[in-house]
Amino acid sequence: MGKKTRMTGARALIESLYAEKVEVMFGYPGGVLLPIYDELYDADIDHILVRHEQAAAHAADGYARATGKVGVCLATSGPGATNLVTGIANAYMDSVPMVAITGQVPRPLIGNDAFQEANITGITLPITKHNYLVTDVNDLPWIIKEAFHIASTGRQGPVLVDIPKDVTTDEIDFEYPDKVDLRGYKPVKTGHKMQIKRGAEAIIEARRPVLYIGGGIISSNASKELLELAEIINAPVTTTLMAKGAFPDSHPLCVGMPGMHGTKYANFAIQESDLLIAIGVRFDDRVTGKVDSFAPNARIIHIDIDPAEISKNVRVDIPIVGNARSILKMLVEFINELKKSKSSTAQWIKKVEKWKQQYPLKYLMGETLKPQYIVEQINELYPDSIIVTEVGQNQMWAAQYFKYSQPRTFISSGGLGTMGFGFPAAMGAKKGCPDKVVFDIAGDGSFQMNSQELATVVKNDIPVIVAILNNGFLGMVRQWQDLFFDKRYSFTSIDDSVDFVKLAEAYGALGLRVTKPEEVGQALNEAVDSGRPTVIDFVVEREENVSPMVPAGAAINEILDLEA
Amino acid sequence: MKHTLAILVENRSGVLTRVAGLFSRRGFNIESLAVGVTDNPDISRMTIVVSGDDHVLEQVIKQLNKLIDVIRVNDFEPGETIERELAFFKVKVDKGNRSEVMQIVDVFRAQIVDVGVKSLIVGVTGTNDKIDAIEKLLRGFGILEVVRTGTIAMNRGAKTVKPGK
Repeated sequence: MGKKTRMTGARALIESLYAEKVEVMFGYPGGVLLPIYDELYDADIDHILVRHEQAAAHAADGYARATGKVGVCLATSGPGATNLVTGIANAYMDSVPMVAITGQVPRPLIGNDAFQEANITGITLPITKHNYLVTDVNDLPWIIKEAFHIASTGRQGPVLVDIPKDVTTDEIDFEYPDKVDLRGYKPVKTGHKMQIKRGAEAIIEARRPVLYIGGGIISSNASKELLELAEIINAPVTTTLMAKGAFPDSHPLCVGMPGMHGTKYANFAIQESDLLIAIGVRFDDRVTGKVDSFAPNARIIHIDIDPAEISKNVRVDIPIVGNARSILKMLVEFINELKKSKSSTAQWIKKVEKWKQQYPLKYLMGETLKPQYIVEQINELYPDSIIVTEVGQNQMWAAQYFKYSQPRTFISSGGLGTMGFGFPAAMGAKKGCPDKVVFDIAGDGSFQMNSQELATVVKNDIPVIVAILNNGFLGMVRQWQDLFFDKRYSFTSIDDSVDFVKLAEAYGALGLRVTKPEEVGQALNEAVDSGRPTVIDFVVEREENVSPMVPAGAAINEILDLEA
Repeated sequence: MKHTLAILVENRSGVLTRVAGLFSRRGFNIESLAVGVTDNPDISRMTIVVSGDDHVLEQVIKQLNKLIDVIRVNDFEPGETIERELAFFKVKVDKGNRSEVMQIVDVFRAQIVDVGVKSLIVGVTGTNDKIDAIEKLLRGFGILEVVRTGTIAMNRGAKTVKPGK
């Protein structure tokens, strides 16, 4: 940059965002943000005005997951900032790179319970990778620089920057730093060579290896390397919810999702495996089931960028800390170099193949409209879409019945399980990938948590398609009540006759209703062809269950069929 | 098991909350905490004594290392450190027992740091156990007030806990 220029803090923030190549941000103004919004008025940043700050955070999250760039959201002090909290926690749990900027009351008022004051750095302490309160305008450039650096490197995550109003009006001789040096933050990049070698040896000896793949493959853009590894070692690949798309579902080695609503054959493969190669995963309880009975016969190689994940839930035999992509490259090299004859996995693959034939994912097609069928139809007609989901049954069906082939095409709230995430995240994904068809596969419960964003997508012409699998229930909770609480459907029926078509129309979006299987394709085509934001109300079978299912606390091979 | 940790942190506001939060989230009670600046004024050193499940503590240490403001975490090997704590005891005294208190102070190589008509302040430096021991003896006279600094610790010999590169 060189020459220093005199400007206000608000201007310096915009210049810093330019320096970080921010093209899109999602926000909502407020009193303490006035100087910043005055700068945004003619800034060269596509600012999307949401209708609720929570949606700004989720949209930034969806944008980040779809593009791999850092998502940016902006909210005012107090309630604006606290409305971001769920979205920040969501991004934290799923390791999504995000910078959340909040306004704060002027410095002399901080701590006085001033109007619209909240201690947002205190509140977000356990749900951010790091956060900052800017107390001097001269700190602003390096704080923004550090925030983007921390959010986007190592194990990615959200960083919050809280800026008091008077900092935005103070003046600074602006110069953007060109590098960051943090004593306490040096993320490991390449893995330890000896460990990788040990991993390669274990792989060569293994007769029943399984690749257990998580979101880390997507964050590190390692899909190509994963494909190569899987093929040279000829091992089945199970991808978690976070890794959908990291490995093609159509590949013969793919065994689908593990865990609670995973495929039987993925779970059986894990349980019988003699070597679990876990990459970019965190052995979440929804995957492991009863943890003491998880992969009882397997040695475990765990590759992860975050040393704190090693042996957190499950004891690991060969930990390798570092970037998955660089480790996979080396791993493949070592395996090729060792040139020992690799134990044949042919018989193992045959066995897994047999399970696949024996226990396919299935549902019964009847007269009524089945939610799984809708997902399959979306897949059939628009296989290259980005699928964003809400949380619950809709999420599981979207994971089970759409065949993903590319990373960053399945976007879902995995760790936090945030209802209301899908629609604003779909909006963010569509902003990031305008050429893609973007669906939000929703439930009638989840959609109502952020349906106000219909205003945002209409106003800003962001044509996402919300496919509501409308069963008039909070379906996943109802399913548990069905199975474990004697069908006592306590407060899960939301058959409150909301007319989603009229709701869409009220906002100026296209609203469609589908009640019969034969109308599904036509409605999907109409939505896509319209080029408009669309809500399709799919009135589906009310009490369909997600199947198969591992009951909470059971081992993952104790998996039940529930299809009806 | 009891652990003594030395944590080097950026000398900034908010760091203590971040560190303490990781312990409290997992239900660890911090038994003692001492913080002061190091030879580098930008870096502070915390000494934290905690006891709890070793596996969980290992997790806490890994999480501490992830904090941006934490530069280094050192879990001291038991028996390889010098540990000291400073305590003041305000003891109720009268003409009759003043000298008895002073004898105890001598035995413990403690100090009388303040003398009043009805009270004395005893200052004592030592290990946690030593301070517990003198407290037990002084309790007989009536302790009006106690303040303890929390343990500080350093490796014996040449081994150091420094920021590194």
